[in-house]
Amino acid sequence: MNQEGADNSRRRFLTAATTVVGGVGAAFLAVPFISYWRPSARAQAAGAPVEVDVSRLEEGQLINVKWRGNPVWLFRRTEENLEDLERIEDRLRDPDSSDPQQPDYARNRHRSIKPEVMVMVGICTHLGCSPLFRPDTTPQGFGGEWVGGFFCPCHGSYFDLAGRVYQGVPANLNLEVPPYYFIDDDTVLVGEDEEGAA
Amino acid sequence: MSETRSGGLVGWIDDRFPLTKMWNEHVGEYYAPKNFNFWYYFGSLALLTLVIQVVTGIFLTMNYIPSGDRAFESVEYIMRDVNWGWLIRYIHTTGASAFFVVVYLHMFRALMYGSYQKPRELLWIFGCLIFVALMAEAFMGYMLPWGQMSYWGGQVIISLFGAIPVIGPDLALWIRGDYVISEVTLNRFFALHVVAVPLVIIFLVVAHILALHEVGSNNPDGIDIKKNKDANGLPKDGIRFHPYYTVKDLIGVGVYFILFSVVVFYIPDFWGLFIEHPNFEEANPQVTPDHIAPVWYFAAYYAILRAVPDTFGGVLMMGLAVMILFVLPWLDRGKVRSVRYRGLSFKIALGLFAAGFILLTYLGTQPATDWNVILSRLGSVLYFGYFIFLFVYTAFGLERTKPVPERVTS
Repeated sequence: MNQEGADNSRRRFLTAATTVVGGVGAAFLAVPFISYWRPSARAQAAGAPVEVDVSRLEEGQLINVKWRGNPVWLFRRTEENLEDLERIEDRLRDPDSSDPQQPDYARNRHRSIKPEVMVMVGICTHLGCSPLFRPDTTPQGFGGEWVGGFFCPCHGSYFDLAGRVYQGVPANLNLEVPPYYFIDDDTVLVGEDEEGAA
Repeated sequence: MSETRSGGLVGWIDDRFPLTKMWNEHVGEYYAPKNFNFWYYFGSLALLTLVIQVVTGIFLTMNYIPSGDRAFESVEYIMRDVNWGWLIRYIHTTGASAFFVVVYLHMFRALMYGSYQKPRELLWIFGCLIFVALMAEAFMGYMLPWGQMSYWGGQVIISLFGAIPVIGPDLALWIRGDYVISEVTLNRFFALHVVAVPLVIIFLVVAHILALHEVGSNNPDGIDIKKNKDANGLPKDGIRFHPYYTVKDLIGVGVYFILFSVVVFYIPDFWGLFIEHPNFEEANPQVTPDHIAPVWYFAAYYAILRAVPDTFGGVLMMGLAVMILFVLPWLDRGKVRSVRYRGLSFKIALGLFAAGFILLTYLGTQPATDWNVILSRLGSVLYFGYFIFLFVYTAFGLERTKPVPERVTS
């Protein structure tokens, strides 16, 4: 390049200005490409709330519904189950639900709106497997008295019947409670509460 | 380098494109140390495996359908109805595991002979990047058949990103493109597996080879052969890559093909290690398999993940286990490259590291029992301990090395 008589500061300015304008352009151009990976309108529509009739849910029975492709468990606890929830608290990592794994209205011992009706996302908080429902049989490797709960076969995490995680297992958060509310006494809407959709 | 231009077609091309020049630089007149041993087969075998994977992959793409309800079926269609489809697919699945066998041995060779040490740091880093890209490629490829293990393995791995504080859940959602792993995820993984990552790997392999030919190959004695040149400026201990090493590598290729064929024709699933049994069942988001195990080549890192009782801590250690490889050239301050002339403690440490890695690989495929977790912790200590030991051992001058010979030994 012929450097003779060149105005170097002008060249530098033009180079810098071109770089900045080009860089800003590239940054804007990146937006559609990054956003392209986010859930599409169709995926969002498929994630709409689900209505569940719990009137015929027997004591001790668990039903599995699908919300956003995840299993959501609805379980009707017995009186004994509710008493056990208190008894085993010293073996749990977060018995008081201090981690934000549930809406505020489910921040209680039974982690639900109605004590007897459990609504829970059935995905292990360790690495996303779906735990198995073990109401009576003690899962493998569990020491001590088993009062019913959930056992994740992937990495051996245990949860009680309110989805609270036991101590000393890979998962360190309680199971997630989805936003939900009772439309009437018998019907639960999963995925939306009085404040709106999740 | 010869300046004589040949006539004919080659001469015509040479006037327009550096054909002869490139051949001579990288093959015909590339001087490699004359003392390469068994461990030096794996570089060329890795390249060969890449070619096998690309070719069989292209053919599989012709019949595979990346959609949620047809992916599994299309793989079965390839297996049953497409002419020789079973062979192409089994070569591809065996090739994936063979790739890791070859690459792990290739990397171990570098650890033994100090091939990452100055001036080969960048060569080593390109290699590490290939390793990371290969893991991404293999993971996404394993998702495509859309079997139970494809689905649940994917679920576990993507959840790893979700464990990152603050941005984790959004990042995992962004990767999946849906609230769960779905066809959306399958489609993007297909695009990455067949186009994006292979391009990256090929680019990195070219960079890896260019860097190698720039600095020259290391050898089992860890001696710089460029220091000892004859009157013509050629290394006394070097021989031309072609025909000497092309022929030697062909022997390796022959043996490799025999072993490869045994797997492809007699044990294509390798007793559930290359293709896990639950993957012969279609993906079902509502049913988790009783035991989710990674494919064997990820198992060591998976065992490290499980050894930590905290999710994010586990992810961190797993990531660190891969990342620590990148800084190895700066952790090892030793002046001697080859294990042959290094201190006794180095030999013991390297042996323990290899044993730890094999132990972790085994544990990662087994259910997470109490004993498994305890042993995984031991394996993790051996794994990370090697790097810490190597730094302390060399940086504080504790190593007692043997004298390194002037010329390579035969």
